[in-house]
Amino acid sequence: MSVITPPGQAPDQQAVLEAPPKQSYVKRIANMQSVWILGVLVVIVAAFSLAAGTKFLSTSNFSLISQNIAVWAVLGVGMTFVIITSGIDLSIGSVLVFSSVIAAKVMEAVGGNGWSTAAVGIVGALVSGIAWGTLNGFLIAKAKIPPLIVTLGALSVALGLAQVITGGIDIRSVPEALTDFNTYIKIVGIPALPFVALIVVIIGGIVLHKTRFGRYTYAVGSNELGARRVGINVDRHLIMVYALSGACAGLGAVLALAQFGTTTIAGQSLTNLNVIAAVVIGGTSIFGGEGSIFGTVVGLFIPAVLQAGFVIVGVEAFWQGVAVGSVLVAAVYVDQSRRAAALRGSSRPSFLAMLRTKK
Amino acid sequence: MAPLLEARGLSRSFGHVRALDDASFDIDAGEVVALIGDNGAGKSTLVKALTGNLAVDAGDLYFEGRQVTITSPHQASEMGMEVVYQDLALAPHLNPVQNMFLGREIPRKGLFGSLGFMDEKQMRAKAEAGFADLGGTVRSFTSPVGSMSGGQRQQIAIVRAISWADKIVFLDEPTAALGVVQTKNVLDTIKRVRDKGIAVVLISHSMPHVLEVADRIQVMRLGTRVATMPAEGTTVEQLVGAMTGALDSQTVNRRNSATLEDSAS
Repeated sequence: MSVITPPGQAPDQQAVLEAPPKQSYVKRIANMQSVWILGVLVVIVAAFSLAAGTKFLSTSNFSLISQNIAVWAVLGVGMTFVIITSGIDLSIGSVLVFSSVIAAKVMEAVGGNGWSTAAVGIVGALVSGIAWGTLNGFLIAKAKIPPLIVTLGALSVALGLAQVITGGIDIRSVPEALTDFNTYIKIVGIPALPFVALIVVIIGGIVLHKTRFGRYTYAVGSNELGARRVGINVDRHLIMVYALSGACAGLGAVLALAQFGTTTIAGQSLTNLNVIAAVVIGGTSIFGGEGSIFGTVVGLFIPAVLQAGFVIVGVEAFWQGVAVGSVLVAAVYVDQSRRAAALRGSSRPSFLAMLRTKK
Repeated sequence: MAPLLEARGLSRSFGHVRALDDASFDIDAGEVVALIGDNGAGKSTLVKALTGNLAVDAGDLYFEGRQVTITSPHQASEMGMEVVYQDLALAPHLNPVQNMFLGREIPRKGLFGSLGFMDEKQMRAKAEAGFADLGGTVRSFTSPVGSMSGGQRQQIAIVRAISWADKIVFLDEPTAALGVVQTKNVLDTIKRVRDKGIAVVLISHSMPHVLEVADRIQVMRLGTRVATMPAEGTTVEQLVGAMTGALDSQTVNRRNSATLEDSAS
C-alpha cells in the first residue's frame, strides 16, 4: 500500500482518503468510458447473434467488418491524439483523398505493377499526409487559429486541390501489388488491411500510453498553460500531433487505394465525422486530457457491427445512422456527467455509481 | 555574504502603467521572505521578473553574488528556482506522479529510453519519497489530480516545486483557497522546506500567516519596495500601515541598508 501516514495528521483529513490501491484500480477500470462502450458492443453483438445466429457470428462476417473499419481505424489513431490535446481534425478525409491522388499520380508516372512502384506511392502518400498535418499544426500552434477553422479550411483546400489535379475524375491506375495485397494476402489468419490497421493501432496505443510523447499529449489537453510552465514545448508538440494525424491520413490513403483500386475523391466526405464519432464514443473527451486508443477501436466497431448486423437481420441499413447518432449523444452525456461529478469533487464519479446508489 | 538572489531597481511598464517602478528584492539561503502588498502593488509582476517570465525595462539581478540575466522560466529552473503559481499549473487528468515529473520524465535505460519510454517505477518511487519527506496528505498516487481536494492539489504543486528547486521556491498565494487544516499543513510545509536550506518567497494577503512563517517581510506599494522588516516584533498594524502608505517607508525600514550594500559588493 502506498499510504503514508505522517505524525500529527488531523483525523478529518484521513476520512476523505482514497480506497486502497487494489480496489481503486478496479474502480478505475470500471470508470473508464471505453469499458462501458465495450459492454455496449458486446450487447449489440449478442443481440444480433440471437437474432441471426451463425450467419452473424461467422468468420467471414467479422472479416468483412474488420475490413470495413481498417482505414477508419488508422485515421482514428491520429484523431485520438488530436482530440486528447482538445483539438479536432476535420481535414482527414480530404487529406486522405489528396494523398491517394498524389500516390496514384506518382505511381502512374513511375509505371509498373510491382512493389517498387507501390513503395514510391506509399512514400508519396505519407509525405503528402505529413505535409498537410504539419501545415495544420503550424497554423494552429503558431498562428493561433482555432483547430476547427484551420482543419475546416484544409478540408476544403485539400479536396479542391485533389479535384484540380485529377480534373475530378478518379485515377484507377493502382499497381496490382497493392490491390492483390488487399484481396489475397492473409497474415496469421487476418486479412492484410485489418492487419496493417491492427499494427498501427497497437503502435499508437503504446506511444500514447507508454511514452513521453503520449504523456505530453495528455498534458497539453489537460492544462495547456500548465504544460508550458513545466517547460513542455507545447507548440512543437501540437505540430507533431497534427502531423501524426496527417501521416495516418496518408497511410489511410494507401489502404484505401489497396481496398478500392481507385482514388475515392467523392467517397470520403463523411469520413472525418465518422472517425470523430468513433473516437468520442470510445471515451476520448472532446475537452481534452482524456482518452484511449482502445476506446477508439471499440467506438469504430459499433457502427460497423450495427451496419453488418442490420443487413443480415434484414433491417434497412438506414437505421444504422439513427443508432450511431443516438449512441454518440448518449456516450457524451455519460462522459460529461462523470466529468461534472469529478469536478465537484464528489465521490460519485460515474453514471453507474449514480444508478447503484439509487438501488 | 551576498544574498542568494538580489534584484536592484527593476522597472517595467505596460503602456502607461508602471507595474514595477525601481523595485528591489533580496533573499538569503534558507530564509523565508514574505512579499506583501495591496492588489496591483506589483508582487506577482516582481516574481515573474525574478523567474524569467517577464522581461524588465531596467534593473539588475544578482544570483549568489554574480550578475545574471534570466530570460526564460527554463533558465530559472536550471538555476534551482521553481514557482508554485496560484492556479498550481497541474494537469487535472494526470495523477500526482505524472504531474510531478511532467516535463522531466525519467527515461528508461537503453534503447527503450531513447524511444521515449519512461521509467514509471522509478518516478513513482521518487514521488512517494518526496511526498513522505514533506508529510503530505496525498494518499493515492493513481487517481487524477482533478479528483483531489484543494489542499491535496496545493501539496502536490508544492512537492513538485521543492523536488526540483534546490535554491528558491516562490509560492504565490498558497493558502488563498484553503481551509484551516490545509492552511496549517501548507505553513508547516514551508517551515520544513526552509529547514532543508531552501529559500522560500511567500506571496500572501494573510498577515497572521506571514508573521507566523516568514523571517523577513518586504512590503510593496505602487510597484516598488517600500519597507523591509523582520517578522519578529512586527505587528499587523505596522504591515498594513506600510502597505497602504500610512507609515513612512524610512521609519519602518529596520534592516540596516548600509550593511546590505557592503555585503552585496
